[in-house]
Amino acid sequence: MLYLVSVIEDTPNSATADEMTAIDDFNSRLQADGNWVFAGGIGEPSTATVIDGRGAEAMFTDGPFVETKEWLSGFWIIEAPDLDVALKLAAAGSKACNRRVEVRPFL
Amino acid sequence: MSPLDVGEAITRAHHEEWARVVATLTRQFGDLDVAEEAAAEAFATAVERWPADGVPPNPGGWLTTTARRKALDRIRRDNKRGDKQKQAQMKYDDPSDSLGAVDDERLRLIFTCCHPALALEARVALTLRMLGGLTVPEIARAFLVQEATMGQRITRAKAKIKTTRIPYRVPSADDLPGRVSGVLAVLYLVFNEGYLASGPDSDPVRHDLTAEAIRLARLLRAQMPENGEVAGLLALMLLTEARRTARVSANGELVTLDEQDRGSWDAALVAEGHRLVRERLATGQTPGRYQILAAINAVHTSARDVRDTDWSQVVALYDQLFRLDPSPIVALNRAVAIAELDGPNVALTIVDGLQGALVDYHAYFVARADILRRLGRGEESRAAYDRAIALAGNTAETAYLTRRRDELG
Repeated sequence: MLYLVSVIEDTPNSATADEMTAIDDFNSRLQADGNWVFAGGIGEPSTATVIDGRGAEAMFTDGPFVETKEWLSGFWIIEAPDLDVALKLAAAGSKACNRRVEVRPFL
Repeated sequence: MSPLDVGEAITRAHHEEWARVVATLTRQFGDLDVAEEAAAEAFATAVERWPADGVPPNPGGWLTTTARRKALDRIRRDNKRGDKQKQAQMKYDDPSDSLGAVDDERLRLIFTCCHPALALEARVALTLRMLGGLTVPEIARAFLVQEATMGQRITRAKAKIKTTRIPYRVPSADDLPGRVSGVLAVLYLVFNEGYLASGPDSDPVRHDLTAEAIRLARLLRAQMPENGEVAGLLALMLLTEARRTARVSANGELVTLDEQDRGSWDAALVAEGHRLVRERLATGQTPGRYQILAAINAVHTSARDVRDTDWSQVVALYDQLFRLDPSPIVALNRAVAIAELDGPNVALTIVDGLQGALVDYHAYFVARADILRRLGRGEESRAAYDRAIALAGNTAETAYLTRRRDELG
C-alpha cells in the first residue's frame, strides 16, 4: 500500500544543514527497509503557476491557486503494509525534517 | 419456552455475542461495514426465528453462521452488480474458521475502533456500535447529536479504517501501553457520560452507558489480566457504579458522598473493586492514573461512615496523582480532601490559586462554594453557587446546588 507523507510548512525557510543530514539518514533507512518509493522538496507557493488547459488555449496564472498559512514544502511516497507502519515512518520523517507531516493513502 | 424467555435469550445473546460476531466476521471478510450489517441481519433473523424454532443450543455459533451466510449473500449481490471492491473481499472468507480464539478477535476489534488516527468522538461512537452493539439512534441519543450526524460519523470512521488500511490486530508489545491507554480513555469517556449525563433533558445517570463501559472494561481485563491500568479503570468504574443508586435522591437531586446512605451501596461491586485494588497493590508496581483513582475510591468505600474516612490516605493518593498529572483539576480534587484533613482555610488558599485555570469549570465553583460556606462566608459562597449552577450540565447536580444555595439563608 502506498502512502503520501506531506511536509507541512508555515515559515518560508528551507531546511537547515542539520535537518538535511537527518532527512538523508531517514531516506537511507527507508531505502534499506524497503519502504522507499520517492521523495522530494518543492518550491515555495510563490513559485507556483496555475494552468487551466480545459479551454481551446491553455491559460497560465502566476501564484498558488489558494493562499494559505500552511503549505506543502516536500513529500515522501512510502510503501507500507498498513497505517500503523505508515504512521511510525511518518513520525520518524517528521522528526528528521523537524516539521509536521500529514499522511494520506493512495487510492 | 415462553415468548418472554425467548426475548430474554435474544437480549442475552445480543449482550454476549454481538461483539464476537462482528469481530469474527471482520476478520473473515476484512470489512467492518460488511461485518456490522451481517451481524445486525443475523440478530434480526434470530428475532424472527427463535420464537418459532426455539433458541439454538449454541446461540453464538448459530448467530455467527447466520451472519456469515448474510455476508456472503451481500457479497454475491454486490458481485452481480459488478462491484470490484466487494469482489476482492471474497478472498478473506474462510468458512472453516470456527469460534476458536474469538476473544482475541474482540480485542483486535477494540484496538481498531480506538485507533489514534480516528477522532476521539469517532472512536467512542464506533466502539459503542461495533463492540457494544448499540444502534446508531441509541448512540446519537446518548451524545445528544442528530441521528444523521452520528450515522455519518460512524460511516466516515469505517471508511477511513478501510481506505487508510488501519490494521485489524492487537498492537505490538512496544506500542501496546500507549494504545491501551487510548482504549481506556474511550471507555472512561463512555462511563462518565453515563455517570454525569449532560443536557437539561437527560436522566442524571445513564445506566446503559455505565453498564456498557464496565462490560467492555471487563472484556479488556479478561484479555489483559496483567495490565495494571486496565484493572485500575475497571475497579474505578465498579466502585463508582456501586454508589449509583445512592447518588440521586428520590426527587432527582444529587446526593454527595458525605450524605449518601452507605447501606444502599452495591456491596458486591464494592467487594469486586476492592479486590482489584488489593491485587494491584500486591504487585508492588508503580500505579498509573486509573489505579490511583481506584485506590482513592477504595478508601472512600471502605469507610462505613463518612467520619471514618481516612483523609490522610486520600490526600496522600492525590499527592501521588498530582506528581503523575500536575493538572489544575487534580489540584482541585486534592484541595477538597485537604479541606477535610487540614480545614477549609488551608483548602481555600489552594483553591484561590486555581481560579485562573478553572474559570469555566463548574466543579471549581462547587468546591469553592462549599469551602466558603464552611468558613461562614455566606455572600461569597452564594456567588460561587450561582456560578456553579450556571455552569453545571447535570440535572440532579443543578437541583442539589440550588438547594444548597437557598439554604445559605
